[in-house]
Formats: sequence, structure tokens, C-alpha cells
Amino acid sequence: MPIDPVLKLTDLQRRYAGRLVVDVPGLEIRGGELLAIVGPSGSGKSTLLRLLGGLETPDQGRIFYRDRPTVPPLPLAIRRETTMVFQHPRLLSRSVSDNVGIGLRLRGIGRDAAKTRIDAMLKQVGLEALAEAPAQRLSGGEKQRVALARALVFEPTVLLLDEPTANLDPHNVSLIEDLISRERRQRPLTIVLVTHNVFQARRLADRCALLLGGRLVEVSDTESFFQSPADARVTAFVRGEMVY
Amino acid sequence: MARLSSSQPQPNPPVELIGERADLNDEPSGTLGRALIEALQLLASGDRALLDILGLTLEVSLAALLIAAVIGLPLGATLGLTNRLPLRGLVRAVLYTGMGLPPVVVGLFVYLLLSRAGPFGELDWLFTVRAMVAAQTILALPLVVGLTWAAVESVDPELRPQLLALGATRGQIAATILREARAGVLAAIAAAFGAAVSEVGAVMLVGGNIEGQTRVLTTAIVLETRRGRFALACALGLVLLLVSFVINLALLRAGERRTPAHAD
Repeated sequence: MPIDPVLKLTDLQRRYAGRLVVDVPGLEIRGGELLAIVGPSGSGKSTLLRLLGGLETPDQGRIFYRDRPTVPPLPLAIRRETTMVFQHPRLLSRSVSDNVGIGLRLRGIGRDAAKTRIDAMLKQVGLEALAEAPAQRLSGGEKQRVALARALVFEPTVLLLDEPTANLDPHNVSLIEDLISRERRQRPLTIVLVTHNVFQARRLADRCALLLGGRLVEVSDTESFFQSPADARVTAFVRGEMVY
Repeated sequence: MARLSSSQPQPNPPVELIGERADLNDEPSGTLGRALIEALQLLASGDRALLDILGLTLEVSLAALLIAAVIGLPLGATLGLTNRLPLRGLVRAVLYTGMGLPPVVVGLFVYLLLSRAGPFGELDWLFTVRAMVAAQTILALPLVVGLTWAAVESVDPELRPQLLALGATRGQIAATILREARAGVLAAIAAAFGAAVSEVGAVMLVGGNIEGQTRVLTTAIVLETRRGRFALACALGLVLLLVSFVINLALLRAGERRTPAHAD
């Protein structure tokens, strides 16, 4: 597994109306790893993820992409190596296969080449029978699988997942988790997963980080994060005993 | 059979003639039923004057629609995609007022602009097709802009960060959102065409209803009604509705072709 940091943050701050919502002095995200960022609602997890994806501009600090400092708005080439799956899948009112292929079309990939990749991806997420169905008619779980498929089909280097299973039933949660794990086995993919579900973090992540009030409390390997955390607040959070 | 063609120019009869000339005039009652037959007869006979009027009606209204769409669609889309628009409420109020402009007032305005003493008098457009297109464009433009704005605005605002995250450029985001708003954009086009093709006040003033030159379906209806030829006027009205229906059907077909088929 490549270890070099794909993403590196230094001295990163983001404020909303004067209130500091993200304050991360430093964080390195290694190539090919899955880093889970856990924390209660309002802890700044999603904002941190949006900063990583170039959807928001930091008030201070820098984000390095493979050692290249990036100044928002991020260059298109870098933006196109990174993608994000949101909690609510925003699908276009078109067919399922059109939705899965949107990223390929945006990158100017020809119809025939795109179709081969779309078909393969639909098969991978188990939606090949619904390829021509209007995406808006799918169930919540199916929609999220389409959202994941359209992110994976153009083979990004970095995948940012913002609570991708928060609204799903256990069956669909495990489908999505299996898809993520299978994709990681197939190719080197760096993933940052934001979740408030510590069980999901434990199931999927190589490393875990706890974010509280916009600050990183602890970043460590998943095993030590859950078995022997250095910070008492991590213990409280993973046991569900934290009061906030 | 009623005919619109005449070898000699027919001056507008004075209003008091209505009902006096039995060979030309109908009783208003019972004309609706006959109108359909007469409309079909007129169309089937290929009446030259009717075809000219129909052709000019389409030429004027479709030209106005095209100009309004070329200007209005990008403008409406830009307004819909702009987050921080100064005086947003005021701009919208002006635009919505424009959507209800009385055609006769627009006609008067264009007439004054194009009259010999007016600022564009030198163009010599008054009582020409160009003047009619200009007037209908002014009527259609606020509808295209206002309804496109509303349609684009109604697209989920969270779609933009999603498209950004999928690697879209600004232009690609705008194009994708415009396509998402296609039902509303189509309604904007249909409403603008309806407003243009159905108005009479503006084209009457700036076109002058000159036979063979600036006479369109609506002005012909006014004329035939004044002449007391109610069945013919109704027949022209039905032709106008038919034209509007066919154009709208074509617009909807064009929109559906870009929409995925339904699953069930």
C-alpha cells in the first residue's frame, strides 16, 4: 500500500460568521488508506471534507495535493482526481445509466467507451436491470448506490464520503460498505469517510480520527483508536458515553 | 364558400354596415358550429390569402420567439444561477411586470420609437414585418427571462456542489442545471410563443394590417369581425388555435426526446 500522503493539511482554519468550525493544525492522508473521521453532529466533519474536496475555501492554511499546494479554486485537473459522495444523493432527472455516466461525459469520454464502463459499473452495484429507469423513481438505497457508482466509474484517486449511509436501512448499509471494500481491493483508492457511526468506522477504516468542536482530538490506527485510545474523550465517544 | 382573397382591395366597411349586407354578414348566433366547417373549407381550398396570412403569422412570431430565446435563455439562466444579485426583488418585480405588458402599450411604444420623428425613424421599419417582430420580441422576452429564471432557481441548489465534486466546469454546471430545468424552460418558450402569436394590439399599431404585407391571423380576425363576417373570423380563430397547438405539440415532443423513458 502506498504510504506517501496524497493529501496534507497544514494550519487549516474555517470560520462561519466569526465562529471557528474547523481548526486542524496538521493532518496527512496516506495514499490508499481509508481514514474515518468520526464525531458528533456539528463537530465540523462535513466542513473539513468539503475543504478537502475544494468545495469550500479555507480562511487560513493550506491543502497539499501530492505535495503541490493548492489554492482554491482548485485546478480542474486536481478536482477531477477527487470526488465526493454526499449524504443525500442528488441525482439528475435522467435515466440511471445517464446518472452513472455524468462524470465520464463531463470529462469528454466518448459515448461508446463510456457505455462499456457504465455497464460494468452498473453490474458491480447490482443495478444493471434498472439501467434505463428514471433515477428519481429508485429507492433511497438504490439512489445511494447510483451516487457511489457515478463517483467510482471515472476511477478517482481520492474518494470523499460524507455520511453515505446515514439514511439507509441495515441491508443497504452493508451493500454500500461491501461496494467500498470491493473497490479498495481492486485498485489503490484513498478514501476519507465522515460518519457519526463508530461501528461503521471500525468495520471499514485503516485509521480513525475524532473531531470535536472543529479540532482533531486523536488520529490513530483503528485498532488502537478503539482498544487503547490515548485521549479519554475518544473512549467516551466510542462507548457512546460522551455528553455533548 | 368564404374566401379571403380578393382581386380588388376591400376597404374596411364602416361599423354601421354590420348586419345590413346579407351576403357578407352572419348572425353572431350559430356561427361557432359553422366556423369549424368554414375553417376546414378555407384550409382545404388552399386559399392563397389565408396561406399568406398564416405564413406571415408564423414568420413574425417564430422570429420574435427566436430572438427572445437567444437573448432570454442565457439571461434567465444567469439570473437563476447568480447567488448574490443586487436588488434581486426589484429586478424580479420589473421582470414580472414585463410578463404582463399590455400589447397595445408595447405597440404604442414601438410606434413612437419607429415613427419618423422617433429615435429609430431612420430605419423606416414602421408598417413592416420588422416592426412587428420587434414589438413581439419585447412582449416575449420578459416571459422567457422570468420563467427561465424561476425554472433554473427551482432546481435543487445542492446539485451545484455535487456537480462540482463530479468534476464539472462552471459552463458544464450551467448547462446541466438548465437541462434539469427543461420542463420549466419549455414552459417559458411555450408561454412566450403564445403571447407573441395571440397578441393583436402591437402588430395592429406597428404593422398596420396591410393586406398581403403585414396582415396576420389576429389582425385579420379583428378585420373580419368588423366586417360582420363572424363565421370567417371564427374560422381564422380556429386556425390560430390549431397553429398554436401544433407548435406547442412540437415543442413538447422536442422536450420529451431528451427525457428518459418511464420504467413502468
